Amino acid sequence: MKIAVTIYEGPYNHEASDSAYNFIVAALAKGHEIRGIFFYHDGVYNVTKLMEPPQDDRHIANRWSELGAKGIDIVVCIAAAKRRGIVDSVLVPNVRISGLGQLTMMAIEAERMVIFGD
Amino acid sequence: MLHTVNQSPFQKSTLESCLRFVRKGDVILLLEDGVFAAQAGTAMSSLVEGALKSNKVYALSADLKARALTDVIQGVEVTDYAGFVDLVEQHTTHAWL
Amino acid sequence: MAEDIKKIMFTVRKGPHGTIYVYEGLEVKLIMAAYDADISVVFIDDGVYALKAGQNTKELGIKGFEATYGVLVDYEISKVFVDKKSLEDRGLTQDDLVVIGEDEETEEEIRPKVVDADEIAAMMAEQHNILCF
Repeated sequence: MKIAVTIYEGPYNHEASDSAYNFIVAALAKGHEIRGIFFYHDGVYNVTKLMEPPQDDRHIANRWSELGAKGIDIVVCIAAAKRRGIVDSVLVPNVRISGLGQLTMMAIEAERMVIFGD
Repeated sequence: MLHTVNQSPFQKSTLESCLRFVRKGDVILLLEDGVFAAQAGTAMSSLVEGALKSNKVYALSADLKARALTDVIQGVEVTDYAGFVDLVEQHTTHAWL
Repeated sequence: MAEDIKKIMFTVRKGPHGTIYVYEGLEVKLIMAAYDADISVVFIDDGVYALKAGQNTKELGIKGFEATYGVLVDYEISKVFVDKKSLEDRGLTQDDLVVIGEDEETEEEIRPKVVDADEIAAMMAEQHNILCF
């Protein structure tokens, strides 16, 4: 099944990005297709390469980047990102900035949309 | 419908709101701070106990374990992320954020 | 309406201004309205405050969005509903809510439609996907 995932909260501060990640890993293990991952609101902070968590903690941005390397379309909302100082040059690899049209297409094309936030 | 609830019933009325919109055949998944609603013997247990009379209620094991919640209301099904995925496969989802 | 047009519902449950969710959520609705989707918006809980007429954010120093709600119908977002109990719990009536446009023929003002939880739940069950803000 085609599933899209949207994340509204920033990393570390809220469990949303951990819940979403664990959900996606489980969905992939079951053979589902992740149609896309969309970051909105403070969720845009999830994919900045400027984050440097302690070594014994998970690296949330790298985790998303690794999923992107598997071919999953990971999109950061441009309007939400610009407002918060997130631009192309600070993104981890395998992630792109685009418009809300991408979220629209995910909502239309994916058979399910699962949203994680506060 | 799959209704996901991630807020503590002690802090917010999210679960209470959600329950007004639950229909026959709908299921509820408690995750993140939402799992506090699954604990037996609390001032808020009656919400989930009431819901269980007509609907299935699930609680995410990772969140229960992380919060040291072992005494779960009888009838609540404890599930993992794979089970969460199965629920999503079976139902359109609404997140009560 | 063609079978392949997907039904997408937005639920708004957070109050305005305390957080950005309602404002950025409105941006999503306006974009999505330009696509081939059958959009509906439902206001529940504190979300009904987002529709209260007379909001003035000047002193707060932030851009308000009441004016945009006032032209939702122009954006072809006319399926706008409010949960009856949420409204009543907050001492509000339909008359307290913003006008979202006017009827093209009669020029009558259109306000969000007040419906009960059962009607909203029935609509939810028909959706392809539901986005919450």
